[in-house]
Amino acid sequence: MGQTTADAAYVAFERVQKSYDGVSLVVKDLNLSMPKGEFLTMLGPSGSGKTTCLMMLAGFETATHGEIKLAGKNINNIPPHKRGIGMVFQNYALFPHMTVAENLSFPLEVRKIGKSEREDKVRHALDMVQMGAFGGRRPSQLSGGQQQRVALARALVFQPELVLMDEPLGALDKQLREKMQFEITHLAHDLGITTVYVTHDQTEALTMSDRVAVFNDGRIQQLAPPDQLYEAPENSFVAQFIGENNRLMGTVKEIGGGICVVRLDSGDEIDAKPVNVSKVGERTQVSIRPERVEINKTRLRDGAHTLKAEVLEFIFMGDIFRTRLRVAGSDDFVIKTRNAPDQVRLQPGTQIEIGWLPGDCRALDAP
Amino acid sequence: MAGARNIQAETGPMLAADGRPLKDSLNRALRRQKLRALLLISPLLLFIMLTFVAPIADMLFRSVENQIVQETIPRTVKALEGWDPSTGAPHDEATFAALYTDLVIAEEYKAHTRLGTRLNYEFGGASSLFRGTGREVGKWPTEVYTEQFVASDPAYRDGAAWALWMADPSVRAVLPLTADAYDAWALMTVVEKDDVPAEEQPLDFVYTALYRDLAAGALPQLMPAVDVDNWDSVAIRDLFLEEDAAWGELPVWQAMKSYGGNYTAGYFLNAVDMQIGANGPEMRAEDERVYVTLFIRTMILSITITATCILLGYPVAWLMANLPARSANLLMILVLLPFWTSLLVRTSAWKVLLQQQGVINDTLVWLGLVDDANRLVLINNEAGTIIAMTHILLPFMILPLYSVMKTIPPSYLRAAKSLGATNWTAFWRVYFPQSVPGIGAGSILVFILAIGYYITPELVGGNKGVFISNRIAYHIGTSLNWGLAAALGTILLVIVLVLYWVYDRVVGIDNVKLGG
Repeated sequence: MGQTTADAAYVAFERVQKSYDGVSLVVKDLNLSMPKGEFLTMLGPSGSGKTTCLMMLAGFETATHGEIKLAGKNINNIPPHKRGIGMVFQNYALFPHMTVAENLSFPLEVRKIGKSEREDKVRHALDMVQMGAFGGRRPSQLSGGQQQRVALARALVFQPELVLMDEPLGALDKQLREKMQFEITHLAHDLGITTVYVTHDQTEALTMSDRVAVFNDGRIQQLAPPDQLYEAPENSFVAQFIGENNRLMGTVKEIGGGICVVRLDSGDEIDAKPVNVSKVGERTQVSIRPERVEINKTRLRDGAHTLKAEVLEFIFMGDIFRTRLRVAGSDDFVIKTRNAPDQVRLQPGTQIEIGWLPGDCRALDAP
Repeated sequence: MAGARNIQAETGPMLAADGRPLKDSLNRALRRQKLRALLLISPLLLFIMLTFVAPIADMLFRSVENQIVQETIPRTVKALEGWDPSTGAPHDEATFAALYTDLVIAEEYKAHTRLGTRLNYEFGGASSLFRGTGREVGKWPTEVYTEQFVASDPAYRDGAAWALWMADPSVRAVLPLTADAYDAWALMTVVEKDDVPAEEQPLDFVYTALYRDLAAGALPQLMPAVDVDNWDSVAIRDLFLEEDAAWGELPVWQAMKSYGGNYTAGYFLNAVDMQIGANGPEMRAEDERVYVTLFIRTMILSITITATCILLGYPVAWLMANLPARSANLLMILVLLPFWTSLLVRTSAWKVLLQQQGVINDTLVWLGLVDDANRLVLINNEAGTIIAMTHILLPFMILPLYSVMKTIPPSYLRAAKSLGATNWTAFWRVYFPQSVPGIGAGSILVFILAIGYYITPELVGGNKGVFISNRIAYHIGTSLNWGLAAALGTILLVIVLVLYWVYDRVVGIDNVKLGG
């Protein structure tokens, strides 16, 4: 995405804090800037402050401290209806007493746009989400997916430059959700609109976004493109929250040259990449993705540390095999292997040796 | 044809596994369930039928029931069948003779005063007319006939002879009036006096009837011959006119004719300020019209009360629906508080507050908003009724409004604002239409309660603020004109049903929500 310096900060949160009760902060010192056209997802567990951030951006909540800027202008004191931000709500919030077309026409009417132009725009917006034939229906006559499309069209019909989406796919079934994820992303990119998307579903965040902001405890834990977030989590929370992860606790034994040796609590030693550790003797949580665990020793680097493991459970999942191991005293160490013709199916009780490339194992802070 | 049969088989009723039609099988399976449901509701159903439906049906029936005239003066009603009221009051002796017979019998049964009371609803003075005439009718000089018959032949004094004569069909055929009068007298003797008719001499009116029969034809052979040609006679019509000149005027006769049927529209006509005139139904005199004004006032005041309830209740309900649960519960308790005090106490409290020397006026005067000489008249008029009833009925508006508003998610308002609507537009275009079912439910409740309200208007309404229900109560309790009360009640019921129907057509009853 070609970003110029001018729109590098189309949406900006500067040192924003929010408290509801005057005792505790829901959002603590939030700093975030978004270039124009970006699809940014706020991801986090419930209560992490992501929806509050969205509501502050939309204008339904006021920041207790700090500035929120849109296109360089402070919008803290602008009421929601003057912000011109499109919004899709969790339960769609389609007005039940209006037809689909009337719902879409509503934002145009309050903008005093003429009737014929209104009709054109409504038709165009409905066609955009393949709902052209449903203009005369009431929202209650539509399926969940159709309501979702209408809600999207309504948020887009007045051509806002910024669209906010608050867990818009939460109520849909898995298949429809995946389809809609795809459609929303395409629409957003095709129209070049800036999108802030809130979800607690990490798959959704990873597949849709340009960048993901992982929220926890009122702070952004990591703000990075999806692949980086997955491959290179910066702390143990992100590592834990994004994707599946095996965790092992230990102490740094040696460190240097972008590699460190960690002595696990069980006494075994492993290679890891130091991320949040800097000195010998520091407590650390090492984290490794199940699909990066190697059971074929020949693929490992010479002299790489390996661990003994006992197979506890083998689960056939179709495209992958999921095997639960006992490793270094932990009973929930999971590995995933592809269902390929040459792949072995590990039987429970088998003793194996596992290892990994040091870059795949990250030594993070100890929570 | 074979093809047709195939089609028939395919499109015929679905069959269950045992070959019976599926519908029958299903009905059979559900029968137990239905029976159980019926058993569960039957105690309440029975209770409602006995204490609610049946009395109401009886009451509604009273609005058209009108057997009293027919029962008390059947001969007169029959005699008046051929009479045309436009020719003036009847002159013929036969009609007066029939009324004479009827009145004598009615007086014995003490039924004439009830008839008078009944006819008094239709025209004033009927009550005293019937009472006065009834008191005198037994003393009229009709004994001249008795004496002359007895003088002609002593057999006419003999009760046993009379019984013999009147048992003979040929005698009865020739002397219809006599037979009729004798039967009535015999019955009366048994019922009222507990005597045996065959041992008693008939009363004068039987002899009078006999005389009138003889004047029209021959005496049967069975009875002793008499020659009535030169007998003394009395003109019954003159006797009536002497007693009270009103018998020579139209209204009493018209009333007796109009209300002679078993059923009457009279109560309903009365309930809308009409009466049966010489030329069919007509409006009553201007100064006798009461009920139409009362109906209109009841409607207008009820609508006003409903409107003020909406105005006052809507913001409270909105606040309750949008406050956090704790504060909302507190408000709810405050809203429900009036239910915990007696209606009578609350209404009496309004008397204290609203009167000219009352709390509100005192405060206004003290604040200098109202001059001491011009204290507001807030009670014993429409204002008092509206204020007190709005207060009493407000919870019935707030509760349905609240329960509907509670179901409107705040995200709708947010959505509207995010789409560019100002607070007002968001409210008016998005929130308000969704709260209309609540307004509808509240309005129906308040309006229907208001239109039949009785105690509050009675206490604070004075003359100008009373409702039709107060008038109904008056007719039930004081004037005892239950028929009119029933007619007024029926009209009220019909008005409510019609309004309900109109409401259903305009707003749609499906849109009414009392909750969830």
